[in-house]
Amino acid sequence: MKRLLTLAVLLVLSACGGTAADAGTGSSSAGTSSGGELTGTLTVFAAASLTDVFGDLGDQLEKQNPRLHVQFNFAGSSALATQLTQGAPADVFASANEKQMTVVTDAGLQAADPTVFTENVLEIAVPAGNPGKVTGLADFGDADLTLALCATDVPCGAAAQAVFADAGITAKPDTEEEDVKAALTKVQLGEVDAALVYATDVRAAGSGVEGISFPEAEQEVNDYPICVLAAAPNPDAAQAFLDLVTSDAGRRALTAAGFRTP
Amino acid sequence: MSRRGEGGVPVPLLVPALLGIAFLVLPLLGLVIRAPWSSIGPQLAQQEVGQALRLSLFSATVATVVSLLLGVPIAWVLARSRIRGRSVLRALVTVPLVLPPVVGGVALFLVIGRQGILGRPLYEHLGVSIPFTTTAVVIAETFVAMPFLVISVEGALRAADARFEDAAATLGADRWTTFRRVTLPLVAPGVAAGAVLCWARALGEFGATITFAGNFPGTTQTMPLAVYLALQRDPEAAIVLSLVLLAVSLGTLLLLRDRWLGRSAVV
Repeated sequence: MKRLLTLAVLLVLSACGGTAADAGTGSSSAGTSSGGELTGTLTVFAAASLTDVFGDLGDQLEKQNPRLHVQFNFAGSSALATQLTQGAPADVFASANEKQMTVVTDAGLQAADPTVFTENVLEIAVPAGNPGKVTGLADFGDADLTLALCATDVPCGAAAQAVFADAGITAKPDTEEEDVKAALTKVQLGEVDAALVYATDVRAAGSGVEGISFPEAEQEVNDYPICVLAAAPNPDAAQAFLDLVTSDAGRRALTAAGFRTP
Repeated sequence: MSRRGEGGVPVPLLVPALLGIAFLVLPLLGLVIRAPWSSIGPQLAQQEVGQALRLSLFSATVATVVSLLLGVPIAWVLARSRIRGRSVLRALVTVPLVLPPVVGGVALFLVIGRQGILGRPLYEHLGVSIPFTTTAVVIAETFVAMPFLVISVEGALRAADARFEDAAATLGADRWTTFRRVTLPLVAPGVAAGAVLCWARALGEFGATITFAGNFPGTTQTMPLAVYLALQRDPEAAIVLSLVLLAVSLGTLLLLRDRWLGRSAVV
């Protein structure tokens, strides 16, 4: 059954690729026009934590190439990996962990080997003023606090689980959120005393949220791999976007958002 | 006597009806075909599945009871009363139908969350916090599902012959007695249909629940939440869970139909 599915996905993907190649010969073509300017639509599937940085980089690329339209699908990496293996058409995939990138590369969907372009570490997010008086990771074992973690099925939850295991803490969460932004929203609304999210999420949340870094986070540094997809309808624009992300300008944008350079 | 079987359906109705049925049933068939039947036993044996199923059935049923207690009176007000601004009221009541459920969940936070307009005094003075509890699941489901019941019952009330109520009034019954003894029995099939619709919607509720009640096994993780999270890890497990939810809900509805609603019911 699994092999049959893979075959079906490959068929769908090759069909997509074919359509894009055909379209390339038409007048409203995707890809590079005669002047070296990128045109058409670029579709980037990226982990939710990249929403702000990639949005800005997309704007930059569009400014350099006025006839290029960059569209994003920001979601949890595992949801994106599922969509890609089910045949969703995309040019670039940026995952928040190696595991979900492996799902995509195991299906043979990459055009070239993925590159790790940035790293992220966990941080404790608390509402402004820290009403629960949270000081460190050990507070997540306090049943009296209202606490949010990511579900262990999604990357931030898996990382949190590993950190707790390393530290020998039994976490007592009140909710296991479906992704990191959902966990953060509950901090922003003041409905939980603390959540374990990424440093970048705390940075993006602004003044309503305070971040508390903790030494145990170094045990679980999260690598972010990115790759162009084999069935990319717009491979030139895809490569240009990947180059921009890994350029100095890209690194600066990532660092400003709280990511770390690998 | 001529038979009125399939042969009696006019072609202009039959063709789109068949297309429509295929459209609705094929995705279901897809789930059944793709289900990993060999691993279905171990999947079902997981403790979390039973937990999630029990919580789903419990919370959807409570949400339906609450919706009946509050929704039938709303429907009566909309269909029978002469208060002004009824059309505005009707639009307001049906807002949850068009509101994305996740937004509904956030809205519930803003009112009865720990920092909400009503929730804050509740938390500060009484120490009561509603989010992340089973109560929050029921509230989220009721918020999303009750409009389905209101719309159904209001439709039934409008279609019901008001002359019976007039006759009751002429014979000296007050409006409350008329409602209990005449109106309610008259629209019972509509109320039943609305309750079933409401229950089904509550059972499938995802967005408002995961936002307002969060996700914790045994307390707030209903079947749709378990399905969504299983999809993150193991798509085959998600298919099994979806089928369980479908089988249980279909089974319940069919059983109800035979037991209590009789053949005339609009279910």
